[in-house]
Amino acid sequence: MRVSNSWLKELVDIDVDAKDIADAMLHVGNEYESINELCPATDLVIGRVVSKRPHPDSDHLNVCEVDLGDKIYQIVCGAPNVEANQKVIVSKVGAKLPAGEIKQTVIRGVESNGMICSLAELGLESKYVKEEDKKGIHVLPEDAPVGIDAKEYLGLNDTYVDYELTANRSDLLSMIGMAYEVGAIYDKKVNLPNNTVTEISDKTSDYIEIENKTNNCKAYMSRIVRNVEIKESPEIIKSRLMSCGIRPINNVVDISNYVMLEYGQPLHFFDFDKIGDKVIIRQAENGEEITTLDGVDRILKDTDIVICDEDKPIALAGVMGGLDSEVTMDTKNILIESAIFNPYNIRYTSKEILRSEASVRFEKGVDPKRTKEALDRAAYLLNKYAGGEVLSGIVGFNDKDTDDKEIEISAKKINDVLGMEVSTNEIRNIFSRLGFTCKEKDNVFDVFVPSRRLDISIKEDLIEEVGRMHGYDNMKGKLPILPIRMGRHLPKNKYIKDIKNRLYSLGLNEVITYSLVNKEEIELFKDKPFEYIKVSSPLTEDRSIMRYSIIPSLLKVADYNISRNIKDLCIFETSKIYYIEEDYKEVNKLAILMTGNYIDNTWNSRIVIDFYTIKGVLENLFDYLGVLKRYKLSVENIPKSYHPGMSASILIDGNVIGYIGKPHPSVSNKDIYVCELNLDKLFDIQIKSIKYKEVPKYPSVVKDMAFVLSNDISVGDVVSTIYKKGGRVVSNVDVFDVFNNFEKDKKSVAFKITFQDIEKTLTEEEVLKSFETIIDNVEKGFNAKLRNK
Amino acid sequence: MKNEIEKLKTLFERDIKKVKTMNELNDLRINYLGKKSKIQEFSTMMRDLSVEEKKECGRLMNEFKTYVEVEITNLRKELEAKELEEKLSNEKIDVTLPSTKINVGSVHPITKMINEVEDIFISMGYDVVEGPEVERDLYNFEMLNLPKGHPARDTQDSFYITEDTLLRTQTSPVQVRTMLANIEKTPIRIICPGKTYRKDNDDATHSHEFHQIEGLVVDENISMADLKGTLEVFAKKIFGEKREIRFRPSHFPFTEPSIEVDVSCFNCNGKGCNICKGTGWIEILGAGMVHPNVLNMCGYDSNKFTGFAFGIGPERMAMLKYGINDIRNFYINDKRFLEEFDKVEKVSYESK
Repeated sequence: MRVSNSWLKELVDIDVDAKDIADAMLHVGNEYESINELCPATDLVIGRVVSKRPHPDSDHLNVCEVDLGDKIYQIVCGAPNVEANQKVIVSKVGAKLPAGEIKQTVIRGVESNGMICSLAELGLESKYVKEEDKKGIHVLPEDAPVGIDAKEYLGLNDTYVDYELTANRSDLLSMIGMAYEVGAIYDKKVNLPNNTVTEISDKTSDYIEIENKTNNCKAYMSRIVRNVEIKESPEIIKSRLMSCGIRPINNVVDISNYVMLEYGQPLHFFDFDKIGDKVIIRQAENGEEITTLDGVDRILKDTDIVICDEDKPIALAGVMGGLDSEVTMDTKNILIESAIFNPYNIRYTSKEILRSEASVRFEKGVDPKRTKEALDRAAYLLNKYAGGEVLSGIVGFNDKDTDDKEIEISAKKINDVLGMEVSTNEIRNIFSRLGFTCKEKDNVFDVFVPSRRLDISIKEDLIEEVGRMHGYDNMKGKLPILPIRMGRHLPKNKYIKDIKNRLYSLGLNEVITYSLVNKEEIELFKDKPFEYIKVSSPLTEDRSIMRYSIIPSLLKVADYNISRNIKDLCIFETSKIYYIEEDYKEVNKLAILMTGNYIDNTWNSRIVIDFYTIKGVLENLFDYLGVLKRYKLSVENIPKSYHPGMSASILIDGNVIGYIGKPHPSVSNKDIYVCELNLDKLFDIQIKSIKYKEVPKYPSVVKDMAFVLSNDISVGDVVSTIYKKGGRVVSNVDVFDVFNNFEKDKKSVAFKITFQDIEKTLTEEEVLKSFETIIDNVEKGFNAKLRNK
Repeated sequence: MKNEIEKLKTLFERDIKKVKTMNELNDLRINYLGKKSKIQEFSTMMRDLSVEEKKECGRLMNEFKTYVEVEITNLRKELEAKELEEKLSNEKIDVTLPSTKINVGSVHPITKMINEVEDIFISMGYDVVEGPEVERDLYNFEMLNLPKGHPARDTQDSFYITEDTLLRTQTSPVQVRTMLANIEKTPIRIICPGKTYRKDNDDATHSHEFHQIEGLVVDENISMADLKGTLEVFAKKIFGEKREIRFRPSHFPFTEPSIEVDVSCFNCNGKGCNICKGTGWIEILGAGMVHPNVLNMCGYDSNKFTGFAFGIGPERMAMLKYGINDIRNFYINDKRFLEEFDKVEKVSYESK
């Protein structure tokens, strides 16, 4: 809502500048965007062109002698329409215009002391400047007094504040509402506008009848004003409309807007001669048509409300009038509509068609008391500024409750909720400033809230009024008095945090990516069929489906970084993922992506990330989580999006909890390794608590052995066999050499086995026994051959 | 014999001067102290001497041996030191060559912000809870005093999945879930961080996905002053001990009274700069007293219980604190961006 400061000052007696009022309003909860001058130009005076002669050195410039009251100035003017004896707007030397400061200059050898201005040059918003004003200087009426301030004369000496109001304060969408609010801050009375109508003897009810056929119209009141003269509005109406952001059209249209701004009650004016003698308010029929005054043919729905005469719809209620009944330059007789419609209907209609100044007010609600007041004010103004004759009486109805709302509240309750000590006197004073009548007995108030404050209906609303008017700056903060306790995380969230901390320490950067993905991405890294969750009306198809796997998002992050030459990347994300399985399923997942070098020294050495690097990260994490000895990789059942030969499913105690490996070349052709885990399943695994185990005191024995094995044997299986068959004395098995194709279809694998007994020093025989058993079992179990024997 | 030993000593003194290497030193040692050395020969020869002479020669021989041992040991140390020096002088490296880049992990700035907020509120006895991102309309809107058709639903344009399911537009439904799960058990002290969704086109200040941290306290006699004190602790911890906050009246459907919270500008200390747009204050969050309709719908009699709620935007906090000017950065995850924020931040306290 844009508020004209000069208009506001007429409605409430204060002498404070616009900035101070705006700041005071901010403190009571009414934010503003900006404070602006309606006309930013300075030092404008009215002058009379005494004479005009052509510039000796130019074919379009004229040299004018202009009387500015104090003396005659010579001004060079380039406008085609300048003539002697015109009253004009002159900016003197030193004046500031949006285009710059006016200086004394010499134009092609002729001295010029100022500028004769067009309206366009004054800095008015361009929508207010008519085409003819852009072409030439603005010529004032003959009776304009020479030498006075031209801005004052044009009513352009105004400042407006652009407020950004909260949704509940529909009462502030009117100048009167603003006046009440400002009046409450400064404790000043509001001067309501004159709306005493002088009526002629003809009765309205003899000419028009109103019939309501819908529950969604709660008030509809009309008057008829005859024989109006359509012309330009007086400057005061025009400038106030412009301050409030509305372009002046003609006196009749301007009055309807002016009253809407003043009272917050939207009005509609019909050309009475273009409609029948009965107005019907009803719901539109589905498919019914109307041409609105913007010339568009609209097809209506049954949620729209229409105003009709006997034959046809003549207006789309609350949103836009019909083209056929529009007020034009030829209009003589006017039917005024002042009504209240169901905000919900207006909202649906305006969403489809146009959110106008009128519909915004209907949507947020209008004061039922103002339906009649605004109607009378419009009739009064049409009489005053358009010479119309107002027929006697009002036709229509108002079913809305216009009584004050009564709310009881104690000073104690107010202070308990605010945590302040506002005295009973101060509370009474605040209610009175707000214009609420109240009775108080034993510190309990009976408050009567006027109908304009649609936002107030319960005790807490009154508490807010006291709080904001008393000022929250007076509130001293304290901490709630509650039992001391230790706050905590949910166990699973604590577990996930621990996992994240481990991954940071392993050198992984945490990323956060969007959960909404597209149709292609949802098909990737699927490990089972499922129904995905699709947003019913997405912004773009790219962000329309809730993801099931995090990996496609990480691949995008990798692409982004790699394309910026950041090739070493170790990232992870933990996120909830969602899909449908009977009901909506939520799963906590972790995804890791690694590519490039894990450790790098560009001139020296590096560790290039491969499958075994990400496997190392996984095992480090599993060791931390106490499941290292219980995990296994399997090459069975690998999802399609993984490379079939370089990936595995991850099992703990035989249950699949995730996957690790290289994306399938059709998914990514880069040398990238990924891993994805189901954190819920991981969290559900029972683990033992940490218990101290003594570090071995006795010496260990290390022995090497190498086997020639068929290429397709998994080394991991051999390691398991060594552990299992070697007995409890085998404390560690390392693989220290793998030689593929050592013989045809065979590889050589070398193992380093540590033998250790925690209770004593091992004897040579014990070691040998275990050693022989291992050789025997590996040879038989894997059809292997010990090397160098 | 005595002369022989004197002669031997002179010989030794001559020979040791020629020794340059450890090997030569070893040879010298064998020559003068080994089994086949002159001095050993002398011992054999001593058998023929008288007791007196034996005694005298033995003493002289021992003196000679000790002398030789000491001289050789001294020279050995000298040679060893020289050898080490030589070795070290060949081991010199260029310490200015670039180091090995060790991948250092980093906490995402949103997580970092959430962690900081969690720490503050856990220390004040709050539990950190969570709720689903795929949420029921009932909890996201209806029970928060936003019935179907409420105009405020338009400003939170939502990603609906079905008519009554949507991606939550705020973390506030967790308020509802927490109260419903506790029914009149008090006090409630929770914060809830999480992802939220709104149908906004992504630009520098809007993101269709973003995070929120909801806070809720419910008990008998909870006041707005309690809210102010609590948020003062929060603002000081995040933006510095010298910060103050102010409440500005506002409007949210689920709180009454409602307020916007401003923090005194940490850049200019309230004098007015381009960060605070000259006002000295920066809007940081929305809050208020839980609306009685919300309390009643969630099973808490509003005549008996009051509460406060607030909603913190971790992206906004991080943007303000670190001067990040585009919210999309958080979701692009440029590695260079990610690594800017995981650094130590020293705190200082004013002495009391």
